[in-house]
Amino acid sequence: MCGIAGLIYRDGARNIGAEMTAMLQALKHRGPDSTGFAMYGAPGPNEYIMRFKVAEKEDLSGGTRIHRAIVERKAAVDAVLKELGVAVLELDEPTEYAIRYRISFDGDLKTLADQIEEVEGAEILSIGNALELIKDLGDAADVSGAYSLGGFTGTHGIGHTRMATESDVDIRSAHPYWAYPYNDIAVVHNGQITNYWLKRRQLEREGQRFVSDCDSELLAVYTAVNLEKGITLEESLRRSIDEIDGVFTYLITTGNELGMAKDTMAAKPMVLYEADDLVALASEEVAIRAIIPHEIDTSDPYDEEVRVWQA
Amino acid sequence: MAGVSESVSTQMGMHTEPLTGRDIKTKFTLENEGGFGYHFARDVDFNRRAEIDCADLEPTEINSKIRELMDSGHGSIVIRNPGAKHSLIVGILNRMNLIVEGSLGYFGCGLLDGPSVRISGRVGWSFGENMMAGVCVVEKNAGSTFGAALRGGDLVCKGSVGSRTGIDQKGGTILVGGDTGAFSGFMMQRGRIVVCGNSGKNLGDSMYDGTIFVGGEIQDLGVDAVPAELTDLDRAWLNRKLTMYEMLPEQGVDHFTKIVAGKQLWSYDNLEPTEKKLVL
Repeated sequence: MCGIAGLIYRDGARNIGAEMTAMLQALKHRGPDSTGFAMYGAPGPNEYIMRFKVAEKEDLSGGTRIHRAIVERKAAVDAVLKELGVAVLELDEPTEYAIRYRISFDGDLKTLADQIEEVEGAEILSIGNALELIKDLGDAADVSGAYSLGGFTGTHGIGHTRMATESDVDIRSAHPYWAYPYNDIAVVHNGQITNYWLKRRQLEREGQRFVSDCDSELLAVYTAVNLEKGITLEESLRRSIDEIDGVFTYLITTGNELGMAKDTMAAKPMVLYEADDLVALASEEVAIRAIIPHEIDTSDPYDEEVRVWQA
Repeated sequence: MAGVSESVSTQMGMHTEPLTGRDIKTKFTLENEGGFGYHFARDVDFNRRAEIDCADLEPTEINSKIRELMDSGHGSIVIRNPGAKHSLIVGILNRMNLIVEGSLGYFGCGLLDGPSVRISGRVGWSFGENMMAGVCVVEKNAGSTFGAALRGGDLVCKGSVGSRTGIDQKGGTILVGGDTGAFSGFMMQRGRIVVCGNSGKNLGDSMYDGTIFVGGEIQDLGVDAVPAELTDLDRAWLNRKLTMYEMLPEQGVDHFTKIVAGKQLWSYDNLEPTEKKLVL
Protein backbone atom coordinates (compact mmCIF):
# COMPACT_ATOMS: atom_id res chain seq x y z
CA MET A 1 0.00 0.00 0.00
CA CYS A 2 2.64 2.53 1.12
CA GLY A 3 2.07 6.15 2.08
CA ILE A 4 3.64 9.23 0.54
CA ALA A 5 3.66 12.81 1.71
CA GLY A 6 5.26 16.09 0.77
CA LEU A 7 5.23 19.75 1.66
CA ILE A 8 6.74 22.94 0.32
CA TYR A 9 6.92 26.38 1.90
CA ARG A 10 6.70 29.17 -0.60
CA ASP A 11 7.93 31.93 1.71
CA GLY A 12 11.11 30.62 3.30
CA ALA A 13 12.44 27.79 5.40
CA ARG A 14 10.67 26.21 8.37
CA ASN A 15 11.19 23.27 10.67
CA ILE A 16 10.13 20.76 8.05
CA GLY A 17 11.84 17.90 9.88
CA ALA A 18 9.26 17.92 12.65
CA GLU A 19 6.41 18.43 10.19
CA MET A 20 7.47 15.65 7.84
CA THR A 21 7.89 13.36 10.85
CA ALA A 22 4.36 14.13 12.01
CA MET A 23 2.92 13.60 8.53
CA LEU A 24 4.67 10.28 8.00
CA GLN A 25 3.87 9.05 11.48
CA ALA A 26 0.19 9.64 10.67
CA LEU A 27 0.66 7.38 7.63
CA LYS A 28 2.32 4.60 9.60
CA HIS A 29 -0.63 2.27 9.06
CA ARG A 30 0.03 2.41 5.30
CA GLY A 31 3.53 1.02 5.74
CA PRO A 32 5.30 0.35 9.03
CA ASP A 33 8.38 -1.42 7.67
CA SER A 34 10.60 1.52 6.83
CA THR A 35 10.38 5.28 6.59
CA GLY A 36 12.30 7.70 4.43
CA PHE A 37 12.72 11.45 4.14
CA ALA A 38 14.11 13.60 1.34
CA MET A 39 14.40 17.14 2.67
CA TYR A 40 15.98 20.29 1.31
CA GLY A 41 17.99 22.51 3.61
CA ALA A 42 20.00 25.64 2.95
CA PRO A 43 22.43 25.06 0.08
CA GLY A 44 25.96 26.42 0.34
CA PRO A 45 28.12 27.49 -2.63
CA ASN A 46 30.10 24.53 -4.02
CA GLU A 47 28.98 22.50 -1.04
CA TYR A 48 27.22 19.17 -1.08
CA ILE A 49 25.62 17.04 1.56
CA MET A 50 26.45 13.39 0.99
CA ARG A 51 24.48 10.73 2.85
CA PHE A 52 25.60 7.13 2.51
CA LYS A 53 25.56 3.87 4.39
CA VAL A 54 28.17 1.17 4.74
CA ALA A 55 25.94 -1.61 6.09
CA GLU A 56 22.32 -2.56 6.60
CA LYS A 57 20.82 -2.32 10.06
CA GLU A 58 20.28 -6.06 10.27
CA ASP A 59 23.96 -6.69 9.44
CA LEU A 60 24.86 -5.46 12.93
CA SER A 61 23.41 -8.57 14.52
CA GLY A 62 25.70 -10.79 12.46
CA GLY A 63 28.68 -10.93 14.84
CA THR A 64 31.70 -8.74 15.50
CA ARG A 65 33.18 -8.96 12.03
CA ILE A 66 30.70 -6.45 10.62
CA HIS A 67 31.88 -3.76 13.03
CA ARG A 68 35.42 -4.11 11.74
CA ALA A 69 34.12 -4.12 8.17
CA ILE A 70 32.22 -0.89 8.80
CA VAL A 71 35.38 0.82 10.01
CA GLU A 72 37.27 -0.43 6.96
CA ARG A 73 34.52 0.68 4.58
CA LYS A 74 34.42 4.16 6.07
CA ALA A 75 38.20 4.38 5.69
CA ALA A 76 37.92 3.26 2.08
CA VAL A 77 35.34 5.97 1.36
CA ASP A 78 37.56 8.55 3.01
CA ALA A 79 40.42 7.41 0.78
CA VAL A 80 38.26 7.93 -2.32
CA LEU A 81 37.32 11.41 -1.15
CA LYS A 82 40.95 12.29 -0.55
CA GLU A 83 41.96 10.94 -3.94
CA LEU A 84 39.31 13.08 -5.68
CA GLY A 85 40.28 16.21 -3.73
CA VAL A 86 37.05 16.38 -1.77
CA ALA A 87 37.25 18.53 1.37
CA VAL A 88 35.16 17.19 4.24
CA LEU A 89 33.73 20.19 6.08
CA GLU A 90 31.56 18.35 8.54
CA LEU A 91 31.09 14.75 9.61
CA ASP A 92 28.09 13.28 11.33
CA GLU A 93 27.40 9.64 12.12
CA PRO A 94 23.81 9.33 13.32
CA THR A 95 24.15 5.55 13.36
CA GLU A 96 27.12 3.20 13.13
CA TYR A 97 26.30 2.40 9.50
CA ALA A 98 24.89 5.71 8.17
CA ILE A 99 27.11 8.71 7.58
CA ARG A 100 26.48 12.33 6.64
CA TYR A 101 29.29 14.38 5.14
CA ARG A 102 29.17 18.06 4.25
CA ILE A 103 31.76 18.36 1.54
CA SER A 104 33.29 20.94 -0.74
CA PHE A 105 33.73 19.62 -4.25
CA ASP A 106 33.82 21.16 -7.73
CA GLY A 107 34.37 17.99 -9.76
CA ASP A 108 32.03 15.60 -11.53
CA LEU A 109 29.31 14.18 -9.25
CA LYS A 110 29.03 10.99 -11.26
CA THR A 111 32.72 10.23 -10.85
CA LEU A 112 32.45 10.84 -7.13
CA ALA A 113 29.35 8.69 -6.76
CA ASP A 114 30.67 5.86 -8.94
CA GLN A 115 33.95 5.61 -7.02
CA ILE A 116 32.26 5.57 -3.63
CA GLU A 117 29.84 2.89 -4.83
CA GLU A 118 32.85 0.78 -5.80
CA VAL A 119 33.71 0.47 -2.11
CA GLU A 120 32.28 -2.85 -0.98
CA GLY A 121 29.19 -2.36 1.18
CA ALA A 122 28.98 1.40 0.55
CA GLU A 123 25.76 2.78 -0.92
CA ILE A 124 25.11 6.44 -1.50
CA LEU A 125 21.66 7.57 -0.43
CA SER A 126 22.01 11.07 -1.84
CA ILE A 127 24.37 13.78 -2.91
CA GLY A 128 23.00 17.27 -3.30
CA ASN A 129 23.53 20.95 -2.69
CA ALA A 130 20.38 21.03 -0.59
CA LEU A 131 19.02 17.47 -0.62
CA GLU A 132 19.40 15.19 2.37
CA LEU A 133 17.92 11.72 2.01
CA ILE A 134 17.45 9.69 5.16
CA LYS A 135 15.81 6.28 5.30
CA ASP A 136 15.88 3.42 7.71
CA LEU A 137 13.77 0.67 9.23
CA GLY A 138 10.94 1.56 11.59
CA ASP A 139 8.27 4.21 11.68
CA ALA A 140 8.75 7.94 11.22
CA ALA A 141 9.27 8.61 14.92
CA ASP A 142 11.98 5.92 15.11
CA VAL A 143 13.87 7.19 12.07
CA SER A 144 13.43 10.86 12.92
CA GLY A 145 14.68 10.20 16.44
CA ALA A 146 17.68 8.13 15.35
CA TYR A 147 18.77 10.71 12.78
CA SER A 148 17.80 13.82 14.82
CA LEU A 149 15.48 15.14 12.12
CA GLY A 150 13.16 16.93 14.51
CA GLY A 151 14.99 20.20 14.04
CA PHE A 152 15.70 20.00 10.32
CA THR A 153 15.15 23.41 8.75
CA GLY A 154 14.33 23.62 5.06
CA THR A 155 11.89 24.71 2.39
CA HIS A 156 10.48 21.45 1.09
CA GLY A 157 10.54 17.72 1.48
CA ILE A 158 8.93 14.42 0.61
CA GLY A 159 8.63 11.19 2.52
CA HIS A 160 7.49 7.62 2.34
CA THR A 161 6.22 4.90 4.67
CA ARG A 162 6.81 1.49 3.19
CA MET A 163 4.87 -1.72 3.39
CA ALA A 164 7.30 -4.24 1.95
CA THR A 165 5.58 -6.42 -0.64
CA GLU A 166 8.03 -7.32 -3.36
CA SER A 167 11.46 -6.93 -1.80
CA ASP A 168 13.19 -7.16 1.56
CA VAL A 169 12.73 -4.97 4.57
CA ASP A 170 16.02 -3.12 4.35
CA ILE A 171 17.37 0.36 3.70
CA ARG A 172 18.25 -0.55 0.13
CA SER A 173 14.59 -1.14 -0.67
CA ALA A 174 13.27 1.82 1.29
CA HIS A 175 12.11 5.03 -0.36
CA PRO A 176 12.68 7.88 -1.27
CA TYR A 177 15.06 7.32 -4.15
CA TRP A 178 17.74 9.69 -5.26
CA ALA A 179 18.21 10.14 -9.01
CA TYR A 180 21.71 8.74 -9.15
CA PRO A 181 23.95 10.71 -9.72
CA TYR A 182 21.98 13.90 -10.31
CA ASN A 183 22.11 16.77 -7.91
CA ASP A 184 19.10 17.36 -5.65
CA ILE A 185 16.50 15.10 -7.30
CA ALA A 186 14.45 12.63 -5.26
CA VAL A 187 11.17 10.76 -5.66
CA VAL A 188 8.51 8.98 -3.63
CA HIS A 189 5.95 6.86 -5.38
CA ASN A 190 2.83 4.91 -4.60
CA GLY A 191 1.91 2.36 -7.23
CA GLN A 192 3.36 -0.13 -9.67
CA ILE A 193 5.15 0.65 -12.91
CA THR A 194 4.47 -2.07 -15.43
CA ASN A 195 6.97 -1.05 -18.12
CA TYR A 196 9.75 -0.64 -15.57
CA TRP A 197 12.25 -3.00 -17.16
CA LEU A 198 11.61 -1.69 -20.65
CA LYS A 199 12.17 1.92 -19.59
CA ARG A 200 15.08 1.00 -17.34
CA ARG A 201 16.88 -0.79 -20.15
CA GLN A 202 16.34 2.20 -22.42
CA LEU A 203 17.90 4.48 -19.82
CA GLU A 204 20.72 2.03 -19.10
CA ARG A 205 21.54 1.92 -22.80
CA GLU A 206 21.87 5.71 -22.58
CA GLY A 207 24.41 5.26 -19.78
CA GLN A 208 22.19 5.73 -16.74
CA ARG A 209 22.84 3.66 -13.64
CA PHE A 210 20.31 2.15 -11.27
CA VAL A 211 21.23 1.28 -7.71
CA SER A 212 18.15 -0.78 -6.90
CA ASP A 213 15.55 -3.01 -8.57
CA CYS A 214 12.71 -0.83 -7.33
CA ASP A 215 10.37 0.58 -9.96
CA SER A 216 10.17 3.89 -8.10
CA GLU A 217 13.81 4.64 -8.80
CA LEU A 218 12.93 4.74 -12.50
CA LEU A 219 10.83 7.85 -11.95
CA ALA A 220 13.75 9.66 -10.35
CA VAL A 221 16.25 8.79 -13.09
CA TYR A 222 13.67 9.38 -15.84
CA THR A 223 12.96 12.85 -14.51
CA ALA A 224 16.62 13.71 -13.97
CA VAL A 225 17.42 12.78 -17.57
CA ASN A 226 14.57 14.93 -18.83
CA LEU A 227 15.70 17.88 -16.73
CA GLU A 228 19.23 17.50 -18.02
CA LYS A 229 17.86 17.72 -21.57
CA GLY A 230 16.32 21.08 -20.68
CA ILE A 231 12.78 19.80 -20.24
CA THR A 232 10.91 21.51 -17.42
CA LEU A 233 9.75 19.52 -14.43
CA GLU A 234 6.13 20.14 -15.35
CA GLU A 235 6.66 18.88 -18.89
CA SER A 236 8.56 15.84 -17.63
CA LEU A 237 5.69 14.98 -15.29
CA ARG A 238 3.24 15.39 -18.14
CA ARG A 239 5.27 13.16 -20.44
CA SER A 240 5.55 10.53 -17.73
CA ILE A 241 1.79 10.01 -17.79
CA ASP A 242 2.04 8.88 -21.41
CA GLU A 243 5.41 7.16 -21.27
CA ILE A 244 5.23 5.35 -17.92
CA ASP A 245 2.72 2.51 -17.72
CA GLY A 246 0.99 1.29 -14.62
CA VAL A 247 -0.78 2.89 -11.72
CA PHE A 248 1.08 5.60 -9.93
CA THR A 249 0.92 8.77 -7.96
CA TYR A 250 4.32 10.24 -7.32
CA LEU A 251 5.98 13.26 -5.80
CA ILE A 252 9.32 14.49 -7.07
CA THR A 253 11.57 17.21 -5.76
CA THR A 254 14.39 19.30 -7.15
CA GLY A 255 16.45 21.96 -5.41
CA ASN A 256 13.56 24.42 -5.45
CA GLU A 257 10.49 22.56 -6.72
CA LEU A 258 7.95 19.98 -5.65
CA GLY A 259 6.04 18.21 -8.40
CA MET A 260 3.16 15.76 -8.47
CA ALA A 261 1.73 13.48 -11.15
CA LYS A 262 -1.17 11.11 -11.12
CA ASP A 263 -1.65 8.37 -13.70
CA THR A 264 -4.46 8.11 -16.19
CA MET A 265 -6.55 5.80 -13.99
CA ALA A 266 -6.20 7.92 -10.83
CA ALA A 267 -5.96 4.64 -8.98
CA LYS A 268 -3.66 5.81 -6.19
CA PRO A 269 -4.82 8.41 -3.71
CA MET A 270 -3.52 11.87 -3.05
CA VAL A 271 -5.03 14.69 -1.02
CA LEU A 272 -3.90 18.25 -1.66
CA TYR A 273 -3.93 21.27 0.61
CA GLU A 274 -2.87 24.50 -1.04
CA ALA A 275 -2.42 27.78 0.81
CA ASP A 276 -0.45 30.94 0.04
CA ASP A 277 2.53 29.95 2.15
CA LEU A 278 2.29 26.15 2.26
CA VAL A 279 1.38 23.29 -0.04
CA ALA A 280 0.99 19.89 1.59
CA LEU A 281 0.12 16.58 -0.07
CA ALA A 282 -0.35 13.12 1.31
CA SER A 283 -1.92 9.77 0.57
CA GLU A 284 -4.43 10.51 3.30
CA GLU A 285 -5.78 13.69 4.81
CA VAL A 286 -4.86 12.51 8.32
CA ALA A 287 -1.24 13.26 7.44
CA ILE A 288 -2.05 16.86 6.54
CA ARG A 289 -4.14 17.17 9.70
CA ALA A 290 -1.08 16.11 11.67
CA ILE A 291 0.47 19.52 10.90
CA ILE A 292 -2.68 21.59 10.35
CA PRO A 293 -5.20 20.55 12.99
CA HIS A 294 -7.81 23.20 12.20
CA GLU A 295 -10.45 22.82 9.49
CA ILE A 296 -9.03 23.28 6.01
CA ASP A 297 -10.16 22.90 2.42
CA THR A 298 -8.55 19.97 0.65
CA SER A 299 -9.14 18.28 -2.68
CA ASP A 300 -8.18 15.20 -4.68
CA PRO A 301 -6.09 15.88 -7.80
CA TYR A 302 -7.73 14.24 -10.81
CA ASP A 303 -6.44 11.64 -13.25
CA GLU A 304 -3.53 12.82 -15.40
CA GLU A 305 -3.18 15.86 -13.20
CA VAL A 306 0.26 17.41 -12.97
CA ARG A 307 1.25 20.15 -10.57
CA VAL A 308 4.51 21.90 -9.73
CA TRP A 309 5.17 24.33 -6.89
CA GLN A 310 8.23 26.50 -6.33
CA ALA A 311 9.95 27.06 -2.99
CA MET B 1 -45.06 -4.54 -4.54
CA ALA B 2 -43.01 -5.47 -7.57
CA GLY B 3 -45.76 -4.33 -9.88
CA VAL B 4 -46.05 -0.94 -8.18
CA SER B 5 -42.27 -0.41 -8.31
CA GLU B 6 -42.15 -1.23 -11.98
CA SER B 7 -44.72 1.28 -13.10
CA VAL B 8 -43.71 4.23 -10.93
CA SER B 9 -39.94 3.93 -11.04
CA THR B 10 -39.92 3.12 -14.73
CA GLN B 11 -42.06 6.15 -15.40
CA MET B 12 -39.62 8.22 -13.36
CA GLY B 13 -36.81 7.07 -15.63
CA MET B 14 -34.97 5.21 -12.91
CA HIS B 15 -34.69 2.03 -14.92
CA THR B 16 -36.32 0.23 -17.76
CA GLU B 17 -36.01 -3.41 -16.89
CA PRO B 18 -38.56 -5.05 -14.57
CA LEU B 19 -37.58 -5.77 -10.98
CA THR B 20 -37.61 -9.52 -11.02
CA GLY B 21 -34.62 -10.48 -8.86
CA ARG B 22 -35.06 -13.27 -6.36
CA ASP B 23 -34.09 -11.05 -3.41
CA ILE B 24 -36.55 -8.39 -4.46
CA LYS B 25 -39.37 -10.91 -4.54
CA THR B 26 -38.54 -12.73 -1.33
CA LYS B 27 -37.40 -9.90 0.92
CA PHE B 28 -39.35 -6.88 -0.16
CA THR B 29 -42.96 -7.87 -0.43
CA LEU B 30 -45.82 -6.11 1.28
CA GLU B 31 -46.77 -9.36 2.96
CA ASN B 32 -43.36 -9.67 4.59
CA GLU B 33 -43.25 -6.61 6.81
CA GLY B 34 -40.04 -7.74 8.49
CA GLY B 35 -38.21 -7.36 5.21
CA PHE B 36 -38.29 -3.57 5.56
CA GLY B 37 -36.33 -3.25 8.78
CA TYR B 38 -33.83 -4.91 11.06
CA HIS B 39 -34.91 -6.57 14.25
CA PHE B 40 -31.73 -5.30 15.90
CA ALA B 41 -32.11 -1.67 14.76
CA ARG B 42 -32.12 0.82 17.65
CA ASP B 43 -35.23 2.73 18.57
CA VAL B 44 -33.85 6.21 19.17
CA ASP B 45 -35.35 9.56 20.15
CA PHE B 46 -34.40 12.34 17.73
CA ASN B 47 -34.80 14.90 20.52
CA ARG B 48 -32.11 13.27 22.66
CA ARG B 49 -28.84 14.89 21.64
CA ALA B 50 -25.26 14.01 22.56
CA GLU B 51 -21.75 14.98 21.49
CA ILE B 52 -18.56 13.02 20.92
CA ASP B 53 -15.17 14.74 20.89
CA CYS B 54 -13.03 12.56 18.63
CA ALA B 55 -9.74 14.40 19.14
CA ASP B 56 -8.13 11.68 21.24
CA LEU B 57 -10.18 8.69 20.14
CA GLU B 58 -9.41 5.92 17.68
CA PRO B 59 -11.98 5.15 14.95
CA THR B 60 -13.20 1.99 16.66
CA GLU B 61 -13.69 3.91 19.90
CA ILE B 62 -15.68 6.58 18.09
CA ASN B 63 -17.92 4.04 16.37
CA SER B 64 -18.42 2.20 19.66
CA LYS B 65 -19.41 5.45 21.36
CA ILE B 66 -21.98 6.14 18.64
CA ARG B 67 -23.47 2.71 19.27
CA GLU B 68 -23.48 3.22 23.03
CA LEU B 69 -25.31 6.50 22.58
CA MET B 70 -27.83 4.89 20.22
CA ASP B 71 -28.35 2.08 22.73
CA SER B 72 -29.21 4.68 25.34
CA GLY B 73 -31.77 6.20 22.98
CA HIS B 74 -29.87 9.20 21.59
CA GLY B 75 -31.16 10.04 18.13
CA SER B 76 -29.04 13.13 17.41
CA ILE B 77 -25.28 12.91 17.77
CA VAL B 78 -22.73 15.62 17.06
CA ILE B 79 -19.26 14.39 16.07
CA ARG B 80 -16.62 17.00 16.93
CA ASN B 81 -12.96 17.01 15.81
CA PRO B 82 -13.17 13.97 13.55
CA GLY B 83 -9.74 14.90 12.17
CA ALA B 84 -10.25 13.10 8.83
CA LYS B 85 -10.08 9.75 10.60
CA HIS B 86 -11.08 6.68 8.62
CA SER B 87 -14.10 4.39 8.75
CA LEU B 88 -16.29 6.57 10.98
CA ILE B 89 -20.10 6.32 11.14
CA VAL B 90 -20.43 2.90 9.55
CA GLY B 91 -23.06 0.19 9.69
CA ILE B 92 -25.83 2.29 11.23
CA LEU B 93 -29.12 0.63 10.39
CA ASN B 94 -31.72 2.90 11.97
CA ARG B 95 -32.95 6.41 11.42
CA MET B 96 -31.15 9.11 13.38
CA ASN B 97 -29.32 12.42 12.91
CA LEU B 98 -25.56 12.67 12.83
CA ILE B 99 -23.82 16.02 12.53
CA VAL B 100 -20.12 15.92 11.77
CA GLU B 101 -18.22 19.11 12.51
CA GLY B 102 -15.13 18.57 10.39
CA SER B 103 -13.85 16.11 7.83
CA LEU B 104 -13.84 12.35 7.49
CA GLY B 105 -11.13 10.16 6.01
CA TYR B 106 -11.56 7.02 3.95
CA PHE B 107 -14.59 4.72 4.04
CA GLY B 108 -16.76 7.14 5.99
CA CYS B 109 -20.50 6.47 6.28
CA GLY B 110 -20.28 3.02 4.73
CA LEU B 111 -23.06 0.43 4.95
CA LEU B 112 -25.72 2.84 6.20
CA ASP B 113 -29.42 2.13 6.14
CA GLY B 114 -31.50 4.99 7.40
CA PRO B 115 -29.57 7.77 9.14
CA SER B 116 -29.32 11.38 8.08
CA VAL B 117 -25.73 12.61 8.16
CA ARG B 118 -24.48 16.14 7.57
CA ILE B 119 -20.75 16.76 7.28
CA SER B 120 -19.36 20.29 7.38
CA GLY B 121 -15.96 19.34 5.94
CA ARG B 122 -14.55 17.03 3.32
CA VAL B 123 -14.68 13.26 2.98
CA GLY B 124 -12.05 10.87 1.64
CA TRP B 125 -12.22 7.89 -0.70
CA SER B 126 -15.15 5.51 -0.74
CA PHE B 127 -17.63 7.63 1.14
CA GLY B 128 -21.14 6.20 1.51
CA GLU B 129 -20.31 2.80 0.07
CA ASN B 130 -23.24 0.43 -0.12
CA MET B 131 -25.69 2.82 1.52
CA MET B 132 -29.19 1.33 1.47
CA ALA B 133 -31.23 4.32 2.61
CA GLY B 134 -30.81 7.67 4.30
CA VAL B 135 -29.23 10.98 3.45
CA CYS B 136 -25.59 12.09 3.60
CA VAL B 137 -24.70 15.69 2.80
CA VAL B 138 -21.06 16.75 2.47
CA GLU B 139 -20.50 20.49 2.41
CA LYS B 140 -16.98 20.45 0.88
CA ASN B 141 -15.17 18.09 -1.51
CA ALA B 142 -15.08 14.30 -1.61
CA GLY B 143 -12.50 11.77 -2.73
CA SER B 144 -12.76 9.01 -5.32
CA THR B 145 -15.35 6.22 -5.44
CA PHE B 146 -17.94 8.47 -3.82
CA GLY B 147 -21.08 6.39 -3.42
CA ALA B 148 -19.60 3.16 -4.73
CA ALA B 149 -22.27 0.45 -4.95
CA LEU B 150 -24.87 2.85 -3.59
CA ARG B 151 -28.21 1.07 -3.29
CA GLY B 152 -30.55 3.76 -2.03
CA GLY B 153 -30.91 7.14 -0.40
CA ASP B 154 -29.38 10.48 -1.31
CA LEU B 155 -25.62 11.02 -1.27
CA VAL B 156 -24.80 14.69 -1.71
CA CYS B 157 -21.46 16.45 -2.15
CA LYS B 158 -21.70 20.20 -2.56
CA GLY B 159 -18.09 20.48 -3.73
CA SER B 160 -16.20 18.38 -6.27
CA VAL B 161 -15.63 14.65 -6.10
CA GLY B 162 -12.79 12.42 -7.31
CA SER B 163 -12.80 9.62 -9.84
CA ARG B 164 -15.14 6.62 -10.20
CA THR B 165 -18.07 8.35 -8.55
CA GLY B 166 -21.01 5.96 -8.28
CA ILE B 167 -19.04 3.00 -9.54
CA ASP B 168 -21.27 -0.09 -9.49
CA GLN B 169 -24.18 2.02 -8.30
CA LYS B 170 -27.28 -0.09 -7.78
CA GLY B 171 -29.81 2.55 -6.81
CA GLY B 172 -30.33 5.82 -5.00
CA THR B 173 -29.15 9.26 -6.03
CA ILE B 174 -25.74 10.91 -6.06
CA LEU B 175 -25.70 14.70 -6.31
CA VAL B 176 -22.46 16.60 -6.94
CA GLY B 177 -22.31 20.39 -6.83
CA GLY B 178 -18.94 20.67 -8.57
CA ASP B 179 -16.99 18.41 -10.91
CA THR B 180 -16.51 14.66 -11.00
CA GLY B 181 -13.46 12.70 -12.16
CA ALA B 182 -12.87 9.92 -14.67
CA PHE B 183 -14.96 6.75 -14.87
CA SER B 184 -17.90 8.19 -12.99
CA GLY B 185 -20.90 5.89 -13.19
CA PHE B 186 -18.65 3.01 -14.22
CA MET B 187 -20.77 -0.16 -14.43
CA MET B 188 -23.70 1.50 -12.71
CA GLN B 189 -26.78 -0.64 -12.73
CA ARG B 190 -29.50 1.61 -11.49
CA GLY B 191 -30.08 4.93 -9.77
CA ARG B 192 -29.13 8.45 -10.76
CA ILE B 193 -26.01 10.59 -10.70
CA VAL B 194 -26.33 14.35 -11.03
CA VAL B 195 -23.19 16.43 -11.60
CA CYS B 196 -23.70 20.19 -11.74
CA GLY B 197 -20.13 20.82 -12.96
CA ASN B 198 -17.92 18.99 -15.44
CA SER B 199 -17.25 15.30 -15.84
CA GLY B 200 -13.92 13.58 -16.52
CA LYS B 201 -13.31 10.98 -19.19
CA ASN B 202 -15.16 7.71 -19.70
CA LEU B 203 -18.37 8.87 -18.11
CA GLY B 204 -20.81 6.00 -17.63
CA ASP B 205 -18.40 3.42 -19.00
CA SER B 206 -20.09 0.00 -19.29
CA MET B 207 -23.18 1.19 -17.45
CA TYR B 208 -26.00 -1.32 -17.47
CA ASP B 209 -28.79 1.05 -16.59
CA GLY B 210 -29.51 4.14 -14.56
CA THR B 211 -29.20 7.78 -15.56
CA ILE B 212 -26.46 10.38 -15.35
CA PHE B 213 -27.14 14.11 -15.63
CA VAL B 214 -24.24 16.52 -16.20
CA GLY B 215 -24.59 20.31 -16.09
CA GLY B 216 -21.13 21.14 -17.45
CA GLU B 217 -18.73 19.71 -20.00
CA ILE B 218 -18.29 15.97 -20.45
CA GLN B 219 -14.70 15.11 -21.34
CA ASP B 220 -15.88 11.97 -23.10
CA LEU B 221 -18.33 9.12 -22.75
CA GLY B 222 -17.36 5.56 -21.86
CA VAL B 223 -18.27 2.43 -23.75
CA ASP B 224 -22.02 2.03 -24.27
CA ALA B 225 -22.94 5.33 -22.58
CA VAL B 226 -25.15 7.39 -24.85
CA PRO B 227 -26.89 10.78 -24.68
CA ALA B 228 -30.66 10.80 -24.25
CA GLU B 229 -33.37 13.42 -24.43
CA LEU B 230 -33.98 15.41 -21.26
CA THR B 231 -37.69 14.99 -20.58
CA ASP B 232 -40.07 17.22 -18.64
CA LEU B 233 -40.12 14.57 -15.96
CA ASP B 234 -36.33 14.74 -15.73
CA ARG B 235 -36.42 18.54 -15.44
CA ALA B 236 -39.04 18.39 -12.73
CA TRP B 237 -37.09 15.78 -10.81
CA LEU B 238 -33.77 17.66 -11.15
CA ASN B 239 -35.42 20.89 -10.05
CA ARG B 240 -36.97 19.26 -7.03
CA LYS B 241 -33.89 17.32 -5.99
CA LEU B 242 -31.38 20.14 -6.47
CA THR B 243 -33.67 22.66 -4.76
CA MET B 244 -34.05 20.29 -1.82
CA TYR B 245 -30.29 20.49 -1.17
CA GLU B 246 -29.90 24.16 -2.18
CA MET B 247 -27.82 23.19 -5.21
CA LEU B 248 -30.03 24.41 -8.05
CA PRO B 249 -27.85 26.29 -10.56
CA GLU B 250 -28.85 29.88 -11.34
CA GLN B 251 -29.63 28.98 -14.96
CA GLY B 252 -31.91 26.12 -13.92
CA VAL B 253 -31.61 22.61 -15.29
CA ASP B 254 -32.39 22.93 -18.99
CA HIS B 255 -28.69 22.83 -19.87
CA PHE B 256 -28.15 19.41 -18.28
CA THR B 257 -27.07 16.56 -20.54
CA LYS B 258 -28.69 13.21 -19.89
CA ILE B 259 -26.64 10.03 -20.31
CA VAL B 260 -28.07 6.53 -20.27
CA ALA B 261 -26.91 3.02 -21.15
CA GLY B 262 -26.94 2.14 -24.82
CA LYS B 263 -27.55 -1.44 -23.65
CA GLN B 264 -25.43 -2.86 -26.44
CA LEU B 265 -23.35 -4.58 -23.77
CA TRP B 266 -26.29 -6.50 -22.40
CA SER B 267 -25.84 -10.22 -23.00
CA TYR B 268 -22.33 -9.41 -24.18
CA ASP B 269 -21.21 -13.01 -23.87
CA ASN B 270 -23.86 -14.09 -26.35
CA LEU B 271 -22.76 -11.64 -29.03
CA GLU B 272 -20.84 -12.69 -32.10
CA PRO B 273 -17.20 -11.49 -32.16
CA THR B 274 -18.01 -9.00 -34.89
CA GLU B 275 -20.92 -7.69 -32.83
CA LYS B 276 -18.64 -7.31 -29.79
CA LYS B 277 -16.30 -5.18 -31.86
CA LEU B 278 -19.15 -2.93 -32.89
CA VAL B 279 -20.21 -2.46 -29.27
CA LEU B 280 -16.74 -1.61 -28.01
